[in-house]
Amino acid sequence: MADTRAHGSTAVATDGGTAAGPALLEVEDLTSSYGAVRALDGVSLRADTGRITAVLGANGAGKTTLLRTVSGLVRSSSGRVVLDGEDITSASVESMVGRGMAHVPEGRGVIAELTVHENLRVGALFRGKVEKSEYDRIYDLFPRIAERRDQPAHVLSGGERQMLVIGRALLAQPRILLLDEPSLGLAPRIVAQIFGLLRRLVDDEGLSVLLVEQNARSALSVADVGVVLNLGRVVVTDSARTLMADEDLRHAYLGF
Amino acid sequence: MQYFVNVTLTGLTEGMVYSAFALALVLIWRSTRIVNFAQGSMAAATTFIALALIQAGQSYWVALVVALLSGLVLGAIVERVVIRPVEGGPELNAVIVTLGLFVAIQAAIAIVFGSAFQSFPTPFGLEGFQVGDNRIALTPNSVWVIAAVLVTMALLVVLFRFTRIGLAMRASAFGQEVARLLGVRVGRMLTLGWALAAVVGSLAGLLIAGGEFVYPAYMDSLIVFGFVAAVLGGLDSPIGAIVGGLILGLALSYVSGYVERGSALVNVAALVILMIVLLVRPGGLFASSTARRA
Repeated sequence: MADTRAHGSTAVATDGGTAAGPALLEVEDLTSSYGAVRALDGVSLRADTGRITAVLGANGAGKTTLLRTVSGLVRSSSGRVVLDGEDITSASVESMVGRGMAHVPEGRGVIAELTVHENLRVGALFRGKVEKSEYDRIYDLFPRIAERRDQPAHVLSGGERQMLVIGRALLAQPRILLLDEPSLGLAPRIVAQIFGLLRRLVDDEGLSVLLVEQNARSALSVADVGVVLNLGRVVVTDSARTLMADEDLRHAYLGF
Repeated sequence: MQYFVNVTLTGLTEGMVYSAFALALVLIWRSTRIVNFAQGSMAAATTFIALALIQAGQSYWVALVVALLSGLVLGAIVERVVIRPVEGGPELNAVIVTLGLFVAIQAAIAIVFGSAFQSFPTPFGLEGFQVGDNRIALTPNSVWVIAAVLVTMALLVVLFRFTRIGLAMRASAFGQEVARLLGVRVGRMLTLGWALAAVVGSLAGLLIAGGEFVYPAYMDSLIVFGFVAAVLGGLDSPIGAIVGGLILGLALSYVSGYVERGSALVNVAALVILMIVLLVRPGGLFASSTARRA
C-alpha cells in the first residue's frame, strides 16, 4: 500500500467538496426504498481518493441505506453507483470487496463465534493466501486486539470490536472503506483514537473513506468533505471546515 | 460386572451412531437454523443405493463410497432446490418443507426399492471379542462403527478449524451479511454445508444398518435419537452433539438392559430424556446461543 502514498497526498484537495476530475466512487441520483418507505430520494455524491468523505444527518436520514445500496445489500430503484469508472449498480454484494470496496456494516459485524484472528482471516479469504506480515501490520495498528487474538470475538469490548472490523476490512486491501457509524456507543477517547487512525491511513497510505455518522462533530473534525442528508435527500455538500463553521446548518441538521 | 460392561459397550457403539446423526443435524442447524427432519429419509435413500450395489455384486467398500457420494449430491440438491426458496423466511415454512421431504423421499424409496425388509451386510463380524473366558459385547463391527465415526469427526474438525473453506463455511453460518460483504459466496457455502451434513447422516444410516434389516422407514427411530442427542448437546454445538449422542446411547442401553421389558421402552425413554432436557436445561449442555446474542 505504501506505493500509493504519493498518489494519495496529491489527491487531497484543500478546498470544498467539488474537486474536479473523476471520483473514486460516484453516486448518481440514487433512489431506493425499504418496503414502502423511500429511504433515498435522488442522492448524488462523490468520494475521492485519499479523502475522508463524511455523510451526516439525523437518524432516519438515509445514511445507512445509502451505504447498503452502494454495496448492493439493498437494490436501488433508480440511479447509478460508479466505482473508478465502472458501473457497479447491479454488481453482486460478494464481488464488491474484489473491486476494492470494503463495507463495514452498522453494529460492527464481528462474528462472535469465531476467534479474533479468525475474524481477521475472513477479511482476507477472497484473496487466497496472505502473508503473515499483513496480519502483523493489523495487530501493530491495534495492539489491543493483538492481545486477544486467540480468544473468541464475543469477549471484546465495543471499541475493540470496532478495531477488529476495521482491521478485517483493511486486510481486504480496499481502495475505499465504507464505515457505518463507527462511533456508535463508544467512549469519546476511543472514537478519537479510531478516527485519528483513519486519518493516518488516508494521509499515509492513500486509503479513501466514505464515513456515515450521526456524531457529526467528531466526523467533521476528521473528514475532508461533509455531505448532509435529510429525509433521503442531500441538503448540502461542502468542505468539512465550511460545514463546521456554518452555525445555522449545524443547528438545523447536525444537532450541535 | 460383565453384564454391566457389555451393556456399556453396546451403549457406546450405538451412541457413536447417534452422535454422527446428531452431528449431521447440528451442521445444518448451525448454518441455516433449520432442523432437517428429512435427514433420516435422505440417509435411508443412500443406504438403499449401497444395498442395491452390494446385491449387484459390488463390495461393501465400493457401495459405501458410492453411498456417501450420493449423500453429498443429494444434500446439495435438497439445499439448492427445496430449501433455498424458504431460507430466511418464517422458520415454520422450512420445518414443513423438511417434513414433506421426509415423507416424499421415504415414498420414493418404497417405489424404487420396494418396502420389504432386506438384510444389510456388515464388512466385519458380529461376534464379540474373546476376553479371558468371556465374549464381550464389543464386536469387530462395533470397532468399525466407532472408528468410522471418529475418523469422520476428525476430518470435520480439520476441515472447519484448519482450512480456508472451513472458515468460509463458519463465517457464512454465523455472519451471513458480513461474509457476503467480505466476498464469501455464502450461498455456495450453505449448499456445501448441507452436502457435508448429508454425508455424515448417510454414514450414520449405513452404520446403523449393518447386520440389521432395512426398509424405507428404518431410520425413523434414529431421527428421534439423533434429534434428542442434538438437543441434549444444545443443537448449536458439534461437541455437544457427540457428547449428547454418547450419553443417549448409554442411557438407552441401560434402560433396555436393566429395566424389565426395557427394550420396549427405549423409544419412550428417549422422549422422556428429551422432555427432561427441555424442562431443566432448554439450552442443552453446550449451547452457545448466549454468545451469539452478545
